[in-house]
Amino acid sequence: MTIAASCAGGRLTVYLGGELDHHEAGGAIRSIQELIDEHMPRLCALDLSEISFMDSSGIAVIINAGRKMKAIGGQLCVENPAEQARRVLETSGVGKLIAVASNG
Amino acid sequence: MKEENYIKLEFPSRSSNEAFARAAAAAFAAQLDPTLEELGDVKTAVSEAVTNAIVHAYPDAIGRIVMRLRIQGGNTLEIMVKDFGKGIENVEEARKPLFTTGGSERSGMGFTIMESFMDKLRVRSVPGKGTTVVMQRAIRLRVGRR
Repeated sequence: MTIAASCAGGRLTVYLGGELDHHEAGGAIRSIQELIDEHMPRLCALDLSEISFMDSSGIAVIINAGRKMKAIGGQLCVENPAEQARRVLETSGVGKLIAVASNG
Repeated sequence: MKEENYIKLEFPSRSSNEAFARAAAAAFAAQLDPTLEELGDVKTAVSEAVTNAIVHAYPDAIGRIVMRLRIQGGNTLEIMVKDFGKGIENVEEARKPLFTTGGSERSGMGFTIMESFMDKLRVRSVPGKGTTVVMQRAIRLRVGRR
């Protein structure tokens, strides 16, 4: 999978791409934590528009990022999930804990 | 009656095989002409079942995983994922949402997702012997399909 980031005005956007499964989850959790430590944003947005597949490991990545943001007094949101990722998010109920937004 | 088809695959419990297993399942399921949504559901459920075997059946070693896919009754896809690992002490508890022994990289939603995305889910486990997960999903016949 791929991870890229941009940060402006206290908002860190992390662009995740490719397939997010258990094989990739550990690395993704660590990379996102490092990005948050580096930028100390008020808001961290995980952009899922380029995620072609995600299973419940993606939920663990989101929950870990949410905990990290809470620990530094900030907030996390999830943006632009494609259909398959949206179904996994919906089924897991993670939308009740973390804001999920879509541009489409 | 339409001839039924199946495949059986065996692979070691390496996490790099998660992507292979769901891609193989999707390739087999393609003969039922599924929608993208149905294909996504099959891939997701397979990914969950195989990941469970990798993480929980063989926590400290590499073991064998067998995946069998079968077409039944013309349009039902049956997926079996079998391991020979440590087994689940309490299957009912393991199937509850958010229950996990997998640490921070797991969310405890694997069985919930399998249940939601498949029509049927059966879990048989014997501690010390292994776990077998069998899932079924009917692929809807579409207008204009041969």
